[in-house]
Amino acid sequence: MARAATTADAFNAVAERRRRQILDLLADGERGVNDLVALLGLAQPLVSKHLRVLREVGLVEVREHGRERLYRLNADALKPISDWVRSYERLWTQRLDRLDAVVQDLRVQELKEKEQGHDSRNE
Amino acid sequence: MTAGTSSGAAVVTLPTDTQILITREFDAPKHLVYRAWTTPELVKRWWYAERGEVTAAEIDLRVGGSWRFVMVTPDGLEVAFSGEYREIVPDERLVCTEIYETMPGVQTLQTMTLAERDGRTTMTILAEHATQADRDGVLASGMEDGMQDALSLLERVAVSLR
Repeated sequence: MARAATTADAFNAVAERRRRQILDLLADGERGVNDLVALLGLAQPLVSKHLRVLREVGLVEVREHGRERLYRLNADALKPISDWVRSYERLWTQRLDRLDAVVQDLRVQELKEKEQGHDSRNE
Repeated sequence: MTAGTSSGAAVVTLPTDTQILITREFDAPKHLVYRAWTTPELVKRWWYAERGEVTAAEIDLRVGGSWRFVMVTPDGLEVAFSGEYREIVPDERLVCTEIYETMPGVQTLQTMTLAERDGRTTMTILAEHATQADRDGVLASGMEDGMQDALSLLERVAVSLR
């Protein structure tokens, strides 16, 4: 489970706030670097650096359009994260279903004990 | 074996970027939910859901006391979670730290509350990153942070994933 402290996969790539902002912006559609620079209010080299990281893990794809490079989100690359979240939800649903079963057993047990206590007091 | 009806699925929400909130209702009084949550033999029956066997459940239920749960997955992988109790209000509130021992750098603070009404109990589990973890470098503690934050993005792009 240990992950390298590099930007080697989607998990690490989205661990940086600016990169998540870029992904959010690209979720609305394809954008050029200049567009992103203006929207983020960051220096162009910094934006390019984040885009390179996102490209390396496959979260964004790039294409040449005239003199501009256009970036778009590749949502499939988010699937490992999506799977993790779903597995987390599944785990807690299963876990609390089982807890519920234990609690219902305790309830039955407690009711029986109360009845027995009641009976013995009446004797 | 069980009586009553199941009270519905767990609801997972994300109140802030660093928190996860799980809510679930139980058709039982809160002291029974608390007992199932804090008794080692009972924890062994539910903690790891369908994913494996709980081989150890140690609970030292006092402030500053520690807990440790160990599970073995069907393919033999041992996973351990542990932490320390911070606040204990019997039948109502239990605050503890939690560490996944494979990634000891990421500590969460877990607050479990129970509220009873007409014999039914609403449980909430709030998992939040310790401020220390928040202060640490984004990459050091960021894996989970990133995943929490990624959820809002995921909600927006979910259609294209399916």
